[in-house]
Amino acid sequence: MSDGNQPPVDFKVVGQRPIRPDGVDKVTGRAQFGADFHLPGMLTGRIKRSPHAHARIVSIDASAAEKLPGVKAIVTGVDLDVGAGGDIEAGEHAAAMKDVAANVLAGDKVFYQGHAVAAVAATSPEVAAEALDLIVVTYEILPHVIDVDEAMMPGAPVLHDDMYTKGVTPKPAKPSNVAQRHVMGRGDVKAAFASAGVVIEGRYTTAAVHQGYIEPHACVASWGADGQSTIWCSSQGQFLVRAMTARILNLPLSDLKVIPAEIGGGFGGKTTVYLEPVALALSRKCGRPVKLVMSREEVFLASGPTSGASMDIKLAATKDGKITAAEMELRYQAGAFAGSPVNLGCMTAFACYDVENLALVGLDVVSNRPKVAAYRAPGAPMAAFAVESAIDDLARKLDMDPIDLRILNAVKDGAKTVYGATVRYSAFIETLEAVKAHPHYKAKLKPGQARGVAAGFWFNIGGESSAAVHVDEDGGATVVSSNPDIGGSRASMAMMAAETLGLPIERVRCTIADTTSIGFSGSTGGSRVTFATGMAVVEAAQKVVADLKRRAAQTWECDIAHVEWRDGVATCLDPSKNVKPLSMKVLASKSAKTGGPIAAEVSLNAQGAAAGYGVHVCDLEIDAETGRTTVVRYTAAQDVGRAIHPAYVEGQLQGGAAQGVGWALNEEYVYNKQGLLDNASFLDYRMPVASDLPMIDTILVEAKPNPRHPYGAKGVGEVPIVPPLAAVSNAVSALVGKRMTALPLSPVSVLAAMGKG
Amino acid sequence: MARVVSISSKVRDLTGGLDAFDVEAATVRGLIRALEAKFPGLGDLVENEMSLAIDGEIHQDAMLEPLSPGSEVVLIPRISGG
Amino acid sequence: MSRTVVNAIVNGEPVAFLGGGGQSLLDALRDELRLTGTKEGCGTGDCGACSVIVDGRLVCACLMLAPEAEGKRIETIEGLADNGHLHPLQHQFLEQAALQCGFCTPGLLMASKALLDRNPDPTETEVRYWLAGNICRCTGYDKVVRAVMDAAADLRQEEKPR
Repeated sequence: MSDGNQPPVDFKVVGQRPIRPDGVDKVTGRAQFGADFHLPGMLTGRIKRSPHAHARIVSIDASAAEKLPGVKAIVTGVDLDVGAGGDIEAGEHAAAMKDVAANVLAGDKVFYQGHAVAAVAATSPEVAAEALDLIVVTYEILPHVIDVDEAMMPGAPVLHDDMYTKGVTPKPAKPSNVAQRHVMGRGDVKAAFASAGVVIEGRYTTAAVHQGYIEPHACVASWGADGQSTIWCSSQGQFLVRAMTARILNLPLSDLKVIPAEIGGGFGGKTTVYLEPVALALSRKCGRPVKLVMSREEVFLASGPTSGASMDIKLAATKDGKITAAEMELRYQAGAFAGSPVNLGCMTAFACYDVENLALVGLDVVSNRPKVAAYRAPGAPMAAFAVESAIDDLARKLDMDPIDLRILNAVKDGAKTVYGATVRYSAFIETLEAVKAHPHYKAKLKPGQARGVAAGFWFNIGGESSAAVHVDEDGGATVVSSNPDIGGSRASMAMMAAETLGLPIERVRCTIADTTSIGFSGSTGGSRVTFATGMAVVEAAQKVVADLKRRAAQTWECDIAHVEWRDGVATCLDPSKNVKPLSMKVLASKSAKTGGPIAAEVSLNAQGAAAGYGVHVCDLEIDAETGRTTVVRYTAAQDVGRAIHPAYVEGQLQGGAAQGVGWALNEEYVYNKQGLLDNASFLDYRMPVASDLPMIDTILVEAKPNPRHPYGAKGVGEVPIVPPLAAVSNAVSALVGKRMTALPLSPVSVLAAMGKG
Repeated sequence: MARVVSISSKVRDLTGGLDAFDVEAATVRGLIRALEAKFPGLGDLVENEMSLAIDGEIHQDAMLEPLSPGSEVVLIPRISGG
Repeated sequence: MSRTVVNAIVNGEPVAFLGGGGQSLLDALRDELRLTGTKEGCGTGDCGACSVIVDGRLVCACLMLAPEAEGKRIETIEGLADNGHLHPLQHQFLEQAALQCGFCTPGLLMASKALLDRNPDPTETEVRYWLAGNICRCTGYDKVVRAVMDAAADLRQEEKPR
């Protein structure tokens, strides 16, 4: 929908729905993903993993495996060299490099089932598998702890004896599983609760869920005899893979070239390394290229899920629905090493609402699970589940429309968030109003159905990006992007360049460069690519236009101020000159005569990213006999700034909603008493399939384009996974007549809530 | 004089529990120098691991960003994403 | 591991490759024939990324042993376009932005082709249940289902006598 307050925009490419430049490769099987590379002499790598949840490694005996014909290299944790350690930007937090290294190949302890212990490179998959069996690891099994609340109890097995809770003064006397305590807040919460008209309380839990990308982690690494190496891999950031791999193996960055493959989904889970340092260490030992590909079971066991959470929440409100105070404690699983996104949970929990008095405590808790990795809006969906459930309780208690209650409490521009940012360019209220006006919200429910509503927030970020625009000799253009294209960003990059240059979209192509062919860029994550890398593309295209105008002025011998650039053509505005317009094609073909090739590269650190807000509506019904919940209608609305390619923006909303529905209804890591994962397969983990979902309607709210981006873009990828957990749960709660507080809302728990367990 | 506010417990570990204090600085670079002088380790922490909300706008690695007298600078954990 | 020569017709062309042991058709397609358009998402028949059509039947290539391909006609994603002309399914997937990362796309396209080969006019529900064996984590299926329905309409239009 367009906004009446904004002047009408007259874009020729932005806002259209062209076919993506990489589309044909991806529908014909030509696109090369991580596992699709093959090099002469390439070896197959395999990783030996811990069968135990928690154990000390007493010894690793690889002597028999080394003797097996066809085995070319074996590595263990001692082959890594983290050097001085230190932190590096990774996913939702700065991860300690020594922890990343110890996750890639264990040190003296294994902290979860599936923790990598050793790796082998061999001439065939069969030999590699046999070699793994011949590696003898002797373990001293230790007591384990899986649940986040149990991990915090006195007497729980402590994973790291050097973990003293950070953020507690004075420093604790004993180590524990609580890595860090975050505190944020403002105002006088106590007083606000004392004078509250209504108080709502609840305890909520969510299960650990996996990002669920369909492409398992995969890479090929090739060590050169001169120390210069190349890695082909699927990741959310070739520069991130380079940095982490180089740190873990103590190599200079310039000796490592990372070539990004197409990436088969990531959702945050490919913002770290698992295989690349191992593959390169193997290749270094034997001098041959090594391919490592995870099985699906390995993906579940040993790559990042996101945190399961346990949360207590308390809201104070006036009798007419104004929320005056909130208290919340969030306890997030970090997995085996510190670094859950609980701080982001605290920051986002109330970001949609203007609440004067807030007290938030976040606890980052380790347990014997795989180390969590970023997952779409890391930390936010769990917190929003608790907050949006509590607000739903408040609406019911006050008999208010859930959207009206949210409008009453919604943040407006100028409001201060609890984390210090001032709300700017927000269209949360417009998004709520758009949902209220949508036919879905007005549609009558059938008997046996209920409707849930929930909102969500994500910051969106900018940061470092590089891009180049090259004008081809025939007047077309190539955009060189620094970010792996995970969901169609080649299209938005090419579109923004085409719009700026005045070319039809078919004349602009986009390529993703390796680490040696373009300046540095942060990862594809944080909903930053269209905003930050897009800004670099547009600035590079603007430089090219300035250069084209200069060349036209030179040709006409006129003042550059008299050259107008429009629709890919330079026109002379000086009435004293009787000259024909110069097209891009002509200027490009004569570039040698006007100074040489026409190209520009821009590297920048994009500031001014604007946050996004989403509101989802979910209608569902429950089979009274089986407890199975079926979503029958779903609408996702979002403040998107301006949609560059609306179809791919809709796709982000639809995909995020589907993942959120899976999180709410099915998905969870199920552990047995031995601390072993019982459902490490797609069949048992059960992500939503086509027959589980209805069409997902979308509303793109373009009321407030971001003025800090040349075409008004805001990040859109992460917001849509935040509202669904509560949107689904609020509807289920309405239907069973009881507040549901623990995700997933499996048939068993729904039947129990209906008194049929 | 900029007003520095922290919402990070890592900061509290270095400031002896202080969550708000004043620092004399004209740019972010100056601020980081002053933080390091006042609380050893804090400048490094802020430079390497944190974002700043300067008068309400989030900045990442914006060393040249000017601070006006009376600016509020909130030290926040670095925001990234999935 | 003993291996035998397997003869099959892949995308209309006779091929011979060495297969054996526990090697799946998927591994043979990818590693022996270098047809890497067929993807492995799980190796256990749960995700459908390796969907191919064998003698007219939709099959997860990861669940079929390579030597079982002897004498069979196998259709993979590489053969879906006809001499460089996209199949209506491929065209509609592009038009409707029915892919994001594109990894499950080859499998979804082959499964959809198998559906339309036998049911030229499926309902939305039929499409959803037929594709329930192909997991897509990016799209939420909305645009995929629309693309398949519209491709079916395109194909029916093509079939009509002029």
